[in-house]
Amino acid sequence: MKEFPGSEYAVGFVFVVAVLATIAGASLAALTTRIIRGVCGLMLCCVGLAGLYYFLHAPFLSLMEILIYVGAICVTIVFAVMLAEPDEAPARESRRAVLGWGALALAISGAVFWGVAKLGMSHAWAKPAAAVNTGSVKDLGVALLTTYSFAFELISLVLLVAILGALVVARYGRTKP
Amino acid sequence: MNLSYDKPEIYLAIAAFLLAAGIYGLIRRRTLIGMLIAGELIFSAASLNFVTMNRFFVTDPAVGQIFVLFIMALAAAEVSIALSIIIAVYRNYRSIGSKDLSELNG
Repeated sequence: MKEFPGSEYAVGFVFVVAVLATIAGASLAALTTRIIRGVCGLMLCCVGLAGLYYFLHAPFLSLMEILIYVGAICVTIVFAVMLAEPDEAPARESRRAVLGWGALALAISGAVFWGVAKLGMSHAWAKPAAAVNTGSVKDLGVALLTTYSFAFELISLVLLVAILGALVVARYGRTKP
Repeated sequence: MNLSYDKPEIYLAIAAFLLAAGIYGLIRRRTLIGMLIAGELIFSAASLNFVTMNRFFVTDPAVGQIFVLFIMALAAAEVSIALSIIIAVYRNYRSIGSKDLSELNG
């Protein structure tokens, strides 16, 4: 089959877009003072991550990333933002304290980034001898319903308990109409 | 930097960046929801690392994907519980700034 002209460049462009979306979204989520912008940054980061998962041969995970993170978690956080007015008040601490804590946080996170990235890049990871399956959606389904069926059932129980617990905790302290 | 999407290095670097951004947010955020968002970034870093290792260095490429699915389910459960706690805290204190919740501060 003849390849579409320029398809290699198009794939590279999509990859760069996914990488930039992930990095920009994470920076936005960590740096803005307004919470709602942070939520939007988290959404952007998750869309970029879905693209990266697609490049890592995990299309089912990229679908689930968009469904669960963008569709459920971010929307839930937006609801909490509407209910709780979380905008940060102007800092009560002095300007020097703000600068000091910011520099400390930047130093710690910079050190973590440098260390982890250096470790991941310089370590000689061993290539596997042979793959036993291709990691397709069919293999995922078979593994979920055979090897991991017990964990699969347990996770549904955890989700049920989480829903009930969230309802009970949020209902406590509410005045009767 | 080598920008090839068939090599693990770029993915590992992005995962390290997500972890660093999450740690920065956890230290600097002054509200509970902001800290929750930073925690989600750290979850994403772990997931991206899992999928990268799963794609390049593993004999059974289904295991890492299933593990990441479980991470996503646990993250969803954690967010629902944490947000309901945050709403309850807001009802009692009229604020969700982490500085205002100092009742146990001796």
